[in-house]
Amino acid sequence: MSVQTLDSTEQKPLSWWQRLRANGTLLPYLLVLPTLLLILVIAIYPMLDSFWISTQDNPLIAQPVFVGLANYIQVLKDPQFQGSVLNTLIFTVVSVFLETVCGLGIALLINKTFPGRGLVRAAILVPWAFPTVVSAQMWLLMYNDQTGIITYILQLLHLLPHGATLLGSSSGVIIAALVTDVWKTTPFMALLILAGLQVIPNELYEAADVDGSTPVQSFWRITLPLLRDPLLIALLFRSLDAIRVFDLFYIFGARSVPSMASYADLRLFAGTTADFAPGVAAAVIVFLFALVISLVFISMMRNMLRQI
Amino acid sequence: MAVQEYSQVHKGRNVRARGTRERGQSTWAQIGRYVAVVLVVLIALAPLYWTFVTSIKNGVEINASPPTLFPHTIDFSNYVQVLTNSTFFLPTLRNSAIISVITTLLALLFGILCAYALGRIKFAGRGAVLGLVLSVQMFPFIAMVGPLFVLFTGPIYIYNTYWALIIPDLVLTLPLTVWFLTSFFRDLPADLEEAARVDGASRLRALWYVIVPLTAPGVFSSAILSFISVWNDFLFGLSLTSDQHAQPVTVGITQFNTEHVTAYGQLAAAAIVVTIPLVILVLVLQRRIVSGLTAGAVKG
Repeated sequence: MSVQTLDSTEQKPLSWWQRLRANGTLLPYLLVLPTLLLILVIAIYPMLDSFWISTQDNPLIAQPVFVGLANYIQVLKDPQFQGSVLNTLIFTVVSVFLETVCGLGIALLINKTFPGRGLVRAAILVPWAFPTVVSAQMWLLMYNDQTGIITYILQLLHLLPHGATLLGSSSGVIIAALVTDVWKTTPFMALLILAGLQVIPNELYEAADVDGSTPVQSFWRITLPLLRDPLLIALLFRSLDAIRVFDLFYIFGARSVPSMASYADLRLFAGTTADFAPGVAAAVIVFLFALVISLVFISMMRNMLRQI
Repeated sequence: MAVQEYSQVHKGRNVRARGTRERGQSTWAQIGRYVAVVLVVLIALAPLYWTFVTSIKNGVEINASPPTLFPHTIDFSNYVQVLTNSTFFLPTLRNSAIISVITTLLALLFGILCAYALGRIKFAGRGAVLGLVLSVQMFPFIAMVGPLFVLFTGPIYIYNTYWALIIPDLVLTLPLTVWFLTSFFRDLPADLEEAARVDGASRLRALWYVIVPLTAPGVFSSAILSFISVWNDFLFGLSLTSDQHAQPVTVGITQFNTEHVTAYGQLAAAAIVVTIPLVILVLVLQRRIVSGLTAGAVKG
């Protein structure tokens, strides 16, 4: 009899409220409440609000008028925004590719223990810890026409005409931003990959070794497949970070060669109040790009996510 | 049995499996490796070197062509200018320090409570909370800036105050703090906490007196990472503050670099002042930082 009742309750799925009560406490909900509230009010609400604001003519005045998609049309028709989309996409694809390749190289390089390894790891972490905008200023000291050693070398090699700087053309600005970003972010990539490398069991390599596999074969057949998950996570974070690139283009490109985010910011805060809503529309477009990237990666990682 | 031992050895996340691997490598391969390592370190530190050298050159040498790789003059007047004559640099430096410390402490407080629930209590909606918190990490912050500007200049008037940066910075740093702490808390054996609770400690007391002390290294790592990410914010500082009452130093430093004239020497000196604390932090704490950075990533 008692066994029967036990069985029947086990088979019947509990409603969420019963499960909540069954735990006998509201404590976990109280504990996550401050974080959750903050994220809802300061992140989720502004995100949703930006969709609404972007459909108004001027959200900074008392009685804004609903204008539908007019701000989006205005922004998408702006040649400068079109340029910024192109700049950002080139920057994203190339920087993520270079950082992955260089990061993998550095990770393989420092995966072996050798004297001074800790110091090397600290040295490559230094660029990562700097504020991006300060890194940009430091590279500006090398890119400009007065103190710039890079400009001097490029002119010496006749890669730049006399008197010109890298920052004079839009492709030059993108290259400058790429170099700075690769310099700054590769260490982060390298450390993530290194951590992934260190959990690959050594026995796999030994077994492959015994079977006569060359180090190159072992790399393609063992290392890369087993690095897939950590690499995908790192790529997702890097791509999302790159698509919202702001500081580098703000410093190097200023008004003439913006990224999507710096275009949006200049519309928001450096124009007239009539530019505010189109600025928000441009920012929403950045969000949509990030959303697409997330969805693509999450579909690739579906198997991995199921394990969590 | 052997299999069991094997899997236990490799469960630990700091297994230096490949470090112990010995392969017959030729001397040339080793030399090549060292050359590559030295090259990587040189590239990593070159901009810092150039910034430092530029900051101590005098006004004539700074514009010299060809640029001098080793300074012939040593002149600290740029530092004097930046630290005593600049009206904005020191105030913005102080703002950054205050904002970063307060934000980090608040992030730890909120993060510890949230991560404890996520890591050690089973409750309905746990996955949804974690997913929501982590999804914020994916937001392009530029899309939050416009609405926050409207919010902070209207209904909640905190534009150009520390709170205008502390609150958004919290959102910027909380997801990672929660994620790291959750993974640290989850790894702690249940016995210790249970022992404390058998002795009559409430869950919160157990959290504060048992779990936090035991995971202190992890808590410390996430505090450093949180501090660095807040210290490095530029977008919020640029958009939600307007003058040196609240502007962070990342915005302050751009004022050496106006559209017409750039005081490169002063810019370099300012960059050195801003980055030296970070260099020291990284050199002293690199092990902690690395373990914090990779904690979430590897275990997935």
